[in-house]
Amino acid sequence: MADKRVSADEVVGELRSGMTIGIGGWGSRRKPMSLVRALCRSDLTDLTLVSYGGPDVGLLCATGKVTRVVCGFVTLDSVPLDPHWRAARQEGRVALTEFDEGLVYLGLQAAAWRVPFLPSRAGLGADLVARNKDLRTIDSPYSDGPYADGADAGASFVAMPALRLDAALVHANRADTAGNAQLLSPDPFFDELFLGAADRRFVSAEEVVEAGTLAEHGPISSVSIHRMLVDGVVAAPGGAHFTACLPEYGRDEAFQRAYVKSAADPESWAAFRNRFVDVDDDGYRRAVAETVEETA
Amino acid sequence: MTETVSRATSCTVACAEVWRDAGEVMASPFGTIPALGARLARATFSPDLVLTDGEAALMAGTAPLGAGPDAYTLEATMTYRRVFDVVWSGRRHIMMMASQVDRFGNQNISAIGPPDRPKVQLVGCRGGPGNSVNHPTSYWVPDHSPRTFIDTVDVVCGVGYDRATAAGPGALRFHDVRRVVSNLGVFDFGGEGHSMRLVSVHPGVALADVVAATAFPLAIDGDVPETRRPTDAELALLDELDPRGAREREVKS
Repeated sequence: MADKRVSADEVVGELRSGMTIGIGGWGSRRKPMSLVRALCRSDLTDLTLVSYGGPDVGLLCATGKVTRVVCGFVTLDSVPLDPHWRAARQEGRVALTEFDEGLVYLGLQAAAWRVPFLPSRAGLGADLVARNKDLRTIDSPYSDGPYADGADAGASFVAMPALRLDAALVHANRADTAGNAQLLSPDPFFDELFLGAADRRFVSAEEVVEAGTLAEHGPISSVSIHRMLVDGVVAAPGGAHFTACLPEYGRDEAFQRAYVKSAADPESWAAFRNRFVDVDDDGYRRAVAETVEETA
Repeated sequence: MTETVSRATSCTVACAEVWRDAGEVMASPFGTIPALGARLARATFSPDLVLTDGEAALMAGTAPLGAGPDAYTLEATMTYRRVFDVVWSGRRHIMMMASQVDRFGNQNISAIGPPDRPKVQLVGCRGGPGNSVNHPTSYWVPDHSPRTFIDTVDVVCGVGYDRATAAGPGALRFHDVRRVVSNLGVFDFGGEGHSMRLVSVHPGVALADVVAATAFPLAIDGDVPETRRPTDAELALLDELDPRGAREREVKS
């Protein structure tokens, strides 16, 4: 079996400016923050992000990597709004293609299944349809016969287009060298679909173990990402910090507050960026540990 | 009926009433007072309601607000991917918040101002579009004013009656925007052409205050009653379910 271990820099080396990148997790939960910081440090620009948005979106907007975000929301969960995202939007720096969060799911699923769209009621009557000239509706092709439902006679549905991704980045609790990955946190979110929708697929993990040994660490049902979905595996202990990565760690609320405060003015952001973004993972862990000591 | 009841308690009872006779559906409350209202409904008149733990599972029993995982047991998994199965099956009644809501029940939580460069970027439409055309949807507005109860919302997230009608039968089939609860009163869409109608005013609120705080004309049928006051048993339950009085911080009396 192929050994798919790579470094974060090797992942970035597979990416190009202008790409559409999907990022797993949800809000401020199990985000691949180590890989996100590697993107922030790169010379990539003009990225389109597809995300159940959290601080991944905020950081990449604040570092000028993003021109468009495709999402249903951006939130930090315990803090309702991400100030870096708000600033990027309110200053007109980043465009938004807004979908119902269920439509994002269908778009990823359509891409993973290689169909051009999936139908839904979600979006009918809403501005996400009315204001998106690229988004189409479709009449049900079943007006009679066994699949017809009289109550939907004449009905149109949103044809949610496949959200094809040039690359996907997700963070797992554990992965093996062959690319299987284990999700032990209570919700696997849509990580599997982000990988399925993408041409280049990368998983960072708290721990990388020998191929075929993940079942020793939890029920086989927790190994929900199989190696056919993964091109590269990155060992990243603490790699979701400051977002939650249960059961290893919860959200670092104090650090998240510091992230929020860093949006207050350019000086605060420069200091935060210098200390926590423009550093490698070892430097990041040291800086976080020092912060904990300072506030203890 | 002269005993005082806090405004937050009236709002909680009004939110609980949203789930009366809901049966075995998932109640998805956003905001402190709706979360407490859903718990109150389940602990009393709607025992079959299904509540989530706010993470990825369904919660057995009715735990107090803010209680940790030790205070309740879980009854089934409910990951976000599975939530959409519930949404699109219709077995849910959500109470979302609204930064703006209009006369026909269109809701905005996305942004204020022009779409390309909003004056205020909010959280995003979330599941509002899909919720409102798939299952009963109600809204909670803790700060009723002419800026929140507005003539035209800046972004239609949750779909109101006029927009659902214009979108056709696919949107209308399961469309059911049920109620709006604000810090001033309770509203439904029983007015002309499914326009917003005042159902009740909370104790201590004058009808004129509700009208003045609303930017569009409200339908008002005859004498408007006061929002139901809690029973003694409900007040005792609220002490258990909200031991720190979190509801009083969301809405001041």
